[in-house]
Amino acid sequence: MPPGQYVTADFPVLSAGPTPHTPLTEWSFSIAGGREPKMWTWEQFRSLPSETLTTDIHCVTRWSKLDTSWEGVSLDVLLGAVDYDAPYVLAFSDGGYTTNLPVADLLGGKAWVAFGYGGAPLGAEHGGPARLLVPHLYFWKSAKWVRGLRLRATDEPGFWENYGYHMYGDPWREQRYAGD
Amino acid sequence: MAGTAVRGRLTWQTATVGAVTDETARTRTLRLEVPDWPGHEAGQHVDIRLTADDGYQAERAYSLASAPGEPLAITVERLDDGEVSPYLTQDAQPGDQLEVRGPIGGYFVWEPGSGSGAPLLLAAGGSGVVPLRAILRDRSRAGSSVPARLLYSSRSWEDVIYQSELGFPADGVQVIYTLTRSQPPSWQGYARRVDAQMLAEVAWPAADKPLAYVCGPTSFVESVASGLVALGYPAGRVKTERFGATGQ
Repeated sequence: MPPGQYVTADFPVLSAGPTPHTPLTEWSFSIAGGREPKMWTWEQFRSLPSETLTTDIHCVTRWSKLDTSWEGVSLDVLLGAVDYDAPYVLAFSDGGYTTNLPVADLLGGKAWVAFGYGGAPLGAEHGGPARLLVPHLYFWKSAKWVRGLRLRATDEPGFWENYGYHMYGDPWREQRYAGD
Repeated sequence: MAGTAVRGRLTWQTATVGAVTDETARTRTLRLEVPDWPGHEAGQHVDIRLTADDGYQAERAYSLASAPGEPLAITVERLDDGEVSPYLTQDAQPGDQLEVRGPIGGYFVWEPGSGSGAPLLLAAGGSGVVPLRAILRDRSRAGSSVPARLLYSSRSWEDVIYQSELGFPADGVQVIYTLTRSQPPSWQGYARRVDAQMLAEVAWPAADKPLAYVCGPTSFVESVASGLVALGYPAGRVKTERFGATGQ
């Protein structure tokens, strides 16, 4: 367990506003900022190869949940479809949420766009229809209701990062707030 | 919107427990004396860290119950299986020392200029009333005349936190209770979980462009926030704070 965390059997929900409900017919996932913009409809996204995985997740508010099971499309697949040269992304979501991540943390089997949880479709309150899943960082980096990535030359703070949360958010180094 | 970004380092500071006040059988307000407190906004929270004699440490986040400029205070609800709240609600005595860092959070905050005079809707589930109480106190201290309604869902009258304070609301403030589990004899108020009809009766009309703050357990926040959106509140005017790891 990372320092300062406790295990919960619940799956707490933390978000800053109402839960958005985007119909799948209006949903898309896009990657901007590469040589060409890339976009998948829900149908196209779901026809991509997906993986199931079991992982621990760690929230900055100190709960950790062990052995959670997910299904999603690896960011290796999604970013592999784009020609780019940027070291950072800003992930963006329905409802206006954003979070920043280094591209290196999305590659190499470390990150997914998840659409399934516990063998069922991912519920809206937990970020469905699809959320980012980057389990090696604090869970606010795993943006709910994710709709795409903007590739960036520089590391620009997202929503919570602008309010003083850490730019990177490594739970093992307890990077909760700026300066940690 | 402008953030109250805290980009400097948040360091742990020693806090001395001041006056303690039992609010209900399960909740207690503790004043904290922190010599170098940098100030805060209504709605923000702090991290509290306790260290046991054997060096074991436990940290939790608590909403600030006090308005900016008032002596710093938190109100804590006891969770029977908690690591921190049993100490804070049962054992802590004036003069005890603990560690605190903050303030934390810059989104779920209110300041007198927020909403540009639009009416304020506060919805609290259980101990979710704590940061909303800080907002109401800040509103009074600032001399704000923004009309405000607090819809407070509580299991029973005995579970209502800040009962005497909320019984005498400031001018322009209305407090509406719903008691979901048990009600005093001859209770005339709401006696059910917040639902669409209750929100339609209590919430300011969307046409008034209200600003809403919703705080409570996940299920409460989900139903109130989605209910307000259904009434026409833009999602960006509904700020939420959920607590969930406690089993509701």
